[in-house]
Amino acid sequence: MAEKKEQFEPKIIGFLCNWCTASAADLAGTTRAQYPPNMHPIRVMCSGTVDPMYVLKALLSGADSVMIGGCHPGDCHYVSGNYKARRKIAMLKQIFKSLGLDENRIWLRWISASEGPEFARFIRQITEETRKQGPSPMASDWTV
Amino acid sequence: MTKSATLEVKDGKIRQAINGFLKDLFAKKVVKAMLVPLAHPAGTNVVQALISDPANLDNADVYAPVMPVNSAKILQAMTRLTPTDRKTAVVLRPCEMRAVVELIKLKQVQPDNLIFIGIDCPGAYSVKNYPKFVSEKKTSDDFVKAGFMWADDAMLRAGCQICEYPYPLTADISIGMLGLEPGKVILQADTAQGEAALKTLGFSIDTDSDIAKKRQAALTKLAADVKERRKKFFAKTKEEIGGIEKLTKVFASCIKCQNCRQACPVCYCRECVFISPTFELESDKYLRQAEKKGGIRMPADTLLFHLTRMNHMGNSCVGCGACEEACPNDIPLLKLFQLIGSEAQELFGYVPGRNVEEPLPASAFREKEFEWIGEK
Ligand code: SF4
Ligand code: SF4
Ligand code: FES
Repeated sequence: MAEKKEQFEPKIIGFLCNWCTASAADLAGTTRAQYPPNMHPIRVMCSGTVDPMYVLKALLSGADSVMIGGCHPGDCHYVSGNYKARRKIAMLKQIFKSLGLDENRIWLRWISASEGPEFARFIRQITEETRKQGPSPMASDWTV
Repeated sequence: MTKSATLEVKDGKIRQAINGFLKDLFAKKVVKAMLVPLAHPAGTNVVQALISDPANLDNADVYAPVMPVNSAKILQAMTRLTPTDRKTAVVLRPCEMRAVVELIKLKQVQPDNLIFIGIDCPGAYSVKNYPKFVSEKKTSDDFVKAGFMWADDAMLRAGCQICEYPYPLTADISIGMLGLEPGKVILQADTAQGEAALKTLGFSIDTDSDIAKKRQAALTKLAADVKERRKKFFAKTKEEIGGIEKLTKVFASCIKCQNCRQACPVCYCRECVFISPTFELESDKYLRQAEKKGGIRMPADTLLFHLTRMNHMGNSCVGCGACEEACPNDIPLLKLFQLIGSEAQELFGYVPGRNVEEPLPASAFREKEFEWIGEK
């Protein structure tokens, strides 16, 4: 008798800006929007504070993908943190490409405090996409 | 427009002619001090020295094919706290000059009162290989007269073999030899300070002289050749190291001594995060990390260290190869950092060391750029 294959449940780490995406997450919660529980949120004061090192640490320690959620361009509480975040992530993704690593496991998104439904939709999207990608080879490699 | 003078070389003695020019900078009071490579009495190395007495210049050997330390690192130590208060010449290779420019942007080098004398660079051997060169009774004059052969001299450091800019990009005075007949040397003034210095020394300055144009043409051709060579090199590198499995194999012999970071001229942080309290963890944190995967390599965070360094300074990597030279286990760091560095630099349209006014990619942004990253 064939065993029922268990669905792969991706682990996702989310760095959420306090002023926007983290509030969107709260809003999604209070309005009971439906989204999967795979994303583990870490609240940060601005997307610009997320050094690539933290994204790397997550990916090398077991995360199958990482999201960074920040304020829309022009709306950063600290004026330009999100633009700088975008450069850091561009750099990180480029390095992944150069080294033949999977840059599609790194997601940067602008989600404002009022976009609860968009937050829920995005979490469904990243969870589905990561599920399709399967377990990250870095996540389980003890030699990294 | 080029402004240059011819340096007279008697009996083919290039080293002697260059040392004479350097001495003249003291004699004519253009400078009071100089950071310059001197032959070490041991005969096994040529090391940078900060001199105030021009008599030391009898030992100067700026074309000896060895570069123990990237001089940018030395200038950081020397000028970070205070700029020099007297005119000081710095004789350095193109990759050192480019690293200096990056450190000026990072407020680690204060260039006031420095006058930079760059060289057309035929490359350098590892410190550990230099004695071999000496024992074959070869001199720096033999070395430069043999021509500039980065691609053909397998003993040259890996970085030199694929060097993108073996000529100074921003020096005050460039000692030019590229594309010229062996034994011919020009002094090209690339700034007003450089021109004034040459005039004080009594050189007559030509504008766009034939010999300067000849060198310029050689540089243009070289740039095209190097581009091809680098393209092939990077394609091969990608095959060798692409993907997490191959990448972890490359670092299998890493002992996380961090010598690579210590030697890198553009890894400028006074205290690296990897030796800071951020990475001083209680035992249960290690154990929890181990539990997540069933086991983790120790010392922990080896690949994290290298990938973080790539993110933090990849845009400023000048390809000097100091990292690889410093590695006790011969990890091909130059290859890795030049691969990621050149592709990232292309993405940001940035050339480290090209222009001191050009902002570092990490400290600048445009409102409309990389929009695909936030939107997809
Ligand atoms: S990473 Fe290596 S090649 Fe690049 S600047 Fe640093 S020491 Fe030089
Ligand atoms: S110098 Fe070599 S062994 Fe030491 S940390 Fe760097 S790569 Fe690892
Ligand atoms: S405050 Fe939200 S991204 Fe800067």
